Amino acid sequence: MLMSPFNRPNRRTVLKTGAAVVGAGSANLALWAQAWAQTAPWKPEAGASLTLLRWKRFVQAEEDAFMALVASFTKSTGVEVKVVNESLADVQPKASVAANTNQGPDLFWGLYSLPHLFPAKCIDVTDVADYLGKKYGGWVPTAVAYGKSGGKWICIPVAYNGNVINYRISAVKKAGFNEIPQDTPGFLKLMGSLKAQGTPGGMALGRAAVGDGNAWVHWAFWSQGGNLVDKNDKVIVNSPETVKALDFCKALSSTFIPGTASWDDSFNNKAFLAGEISLTNNGVSIYAAAKAAAAKGDAKMKEIMDDMSHSLWPIGPVGRPTEFHIAYPMLAMKYTKFPNACKAFMAFTLEAANYDKWLEAAVAYLTHPLNAYDANPVWKTDPKLSMLKDASRRTMTAGGLGSVGEKAAGALADSVILDMVASVCTGQASIPDAIKVAERQAKRIYR
Amino acid sequence: MGRGCPLEGGRSSRFGGGPVLNNKNFLGLLFMLPAAAFLILFLAYPLALGIWLSFTDTKIGQPGEFVGLENYGWIIEDPKFQTAVFFTIFYTVVASVIKFAVGLYLAILLNEKLPFKAIIRAIVLIPFIVPTVLSAIAFWWIFDPQFSVISWSLKKTGLITENINFLGDVWNSRFSVIFANVWRGTPFIAISLLAGLQTVPPSLYEAATLDGATRWQMFVNITYPLLTPIIAVVMTFSVLFTFTDFQLIKVLTNGGPAGATELMATMSYNTAILGGRIGEGSAVSTAMVPFLLAAIMVSWFGLQRRKWQAGSDSND
Repeated sequence: MLMSPFNRPNRRTVLKTGAAVVGAGSANLALWAQAWAQTAPWKPEAGASLTLLRWKRFVQAEEDAFMALVASFTKSTGVEVKVVNESLADVQPKASVAANTNQGPDLFWGLYSLPHLFPAKCIDVTDVADYLGKKYGGWVPTAVAYGKSGGKWICIPVAYNGNVINYRISAVKKAGFNEIPQDTPGFLKLMGSLKAQGTPGGMALGRAAVGDGNAWVHWAFWSQGGNLVDKNDKVIVNSPETVKALDFCKALSSTFIPGTASWDDSFNNKAFLAGEISLTNNGVSIYAAAKAAAAKGDAKMKEIMDDMSHSLWPIGPVGRPTEFHIAYPMLAMKYTKFPNACKAFMAFTLEAANYDKWLEAAVAYLTHPLNAYDANPVWKTDPKLSMLKDASRRTMTAGGLGSVGEKAAGALADSVILDMVASVCTGQASIPDAIKVAERQAKRIYR
Repeated sequence: MGRGCPLEGGRSSRFGGGPVLNNKNFLGLLFMLPAAAFLILFLAYPLALGIWLSFTDTKIGQPGEFVGLENYGWIIEDPKFQTAVFFTIFYTVVASVIKFAVGLYLAILLNEKLPFKAIIRAIVLIPFIVPTVLSAIAFWWIFDPQFSVISWSLKKTGLITENINFLGDVWNSRFSVIFANVWRGTPFIAISLLAGLQTVPPSLYEAATLDGATRWQMFVNITYPLLTPIIAVVMTFSVLFTFTDFQLIKVLTNGGPAGATELMATMSYNTAILGGRIGEGSAVSTAMVPFLLAAIMVSWFGLQRRKWQAGSDSND
């Protein structure tokens, strides 16, 4: 973009405009974006254009806000960014193939510890992470764990998806509870009561349920003291705690609506919105969908929207939260011809002028990794959503007690915990046999 | 006269080209070159590379080292691999037998004088020509645990009171994917066998009718024996396609629940691409080769054309 020497922005302009940009009109935003492009440490290469492959949105408003962010980046830097959407479960295989063949999209925006599957293929973005951390109050600890490999940052954890209990208030009240019990025995009792009164819950156990399935099985497994590895990455899954955890999962799944072993991440949304289940685990996309439909006059969805709420996960005998929320890291591949453009895009995305608006548009479906965004208005507008604010702090990381790295990424990709729980819950394997298989797999991965 | 055959070696032809280009053998090789290049690039090279990778510990984005038979040693003792082998064989045998029976029945039916025969034949082919992923998505909906049209219909008629758990129960899911495979693959067998039926001389049936043979006797003594060479070819292809099936399972169940419907092809992909262990995944896919060779041998030696089918007096 051509700038007149008379109004070329300087640092003072950037700071002043940046401070005023939240809630400001688009004109201010455009000015800020231009200023940013002029002063940012990463100058895109001449003729740069990028392709970003991201997970397909669950909330339309989030995607709309993201595309507006992309357009603003293009306008201010001249770098075209082509955004390709893939379903959640398909981002990793595509990234893996690209890493292996050294060609494909410049940027990948995946889940959990995806970059750790091929750390040597990711650009070092320590400078971007340090810049953002200093500017926005520091990173939450799990973001550092996900972002770093071998002392340097290989990705930027752009956001988290908080996965919480979604429930129908009336069904829970009818079962004799005022709220979701915050201990696991109480939660099991609630689920049994919901089933007995004909309003069962349901949580995904299918292989394709990389989000919801992994969220609840890891929560259940860790809450009872089960762990795949210890802090030194030694395999400890064959333990009395794992037996207890699988007993708990089997008891819990016996209260589910039939068929959850074939669910992917979208089945529980459909079932909840159709009134087939009264409790599940999910992001806030069910609530967002009901709200959006209610705004268009759908009376049934309004009823669901008014009658549903969210709750944090119960705490098990271990005495602390054992939640597992999806982290969404963005990485740039070393084969890209435009590494500076990639870094500029990553930094631009998390600048307050853009990130605040995007976070609000995501209506709490996404949670921030930088402490300064605690002040975002989205955490104050709706009491049913405010608990998601701390998802990035409450979550454990892939690998549990162990390292976030290639091995944890491998164990997640191989569905070690998910298959172990699913095989017990479907009656395919006894608890000892299921543990034996998981142990063998884990020892192979962590050797 | 004196111009000579254009393809005789050593003589110049009226077409020109010199002695080399007029050499029959060389010309034959030259014409085969494009096809050979295609096969080598897209078939032989990936196969050889896959076999080589199975002897290494290659991971995504990282070169590997030769590890000999270590990957094979690992997968042979892996319960998940054993389950995948079991179900791949089960899936192939059951689906192939049903496809053959239904396909043969359809072929015989379509060989009769029927009104609108051409349209019926075209309709019969539709399941085979619809892209596999699309039909898998349709079956995904049909087998939905909460919103299945089958469950809905049966509940409306009062035959069942609860939804059928098609893909969440171990054996239900296995038979459901077999059903989907049979639906997709039967038309190929039916149309191929129909083509074979059309080559059976009607005079044989006429002679048999004059001799007082029943329809069953005609089928057993005329139709089936004359069809065996075509059955050999068609079933070989069908068994190969079914054994190496990927799309249907990947879309419908991704091998779930918990690996109950895992095929060797899906396990190979999940291990190599999702799990990042290319060497191990290659070992799983290479392990399919002996089974496929065995299937081809059974078809080739068990069902090949007999001498008497070619008009010989011998009963061999």
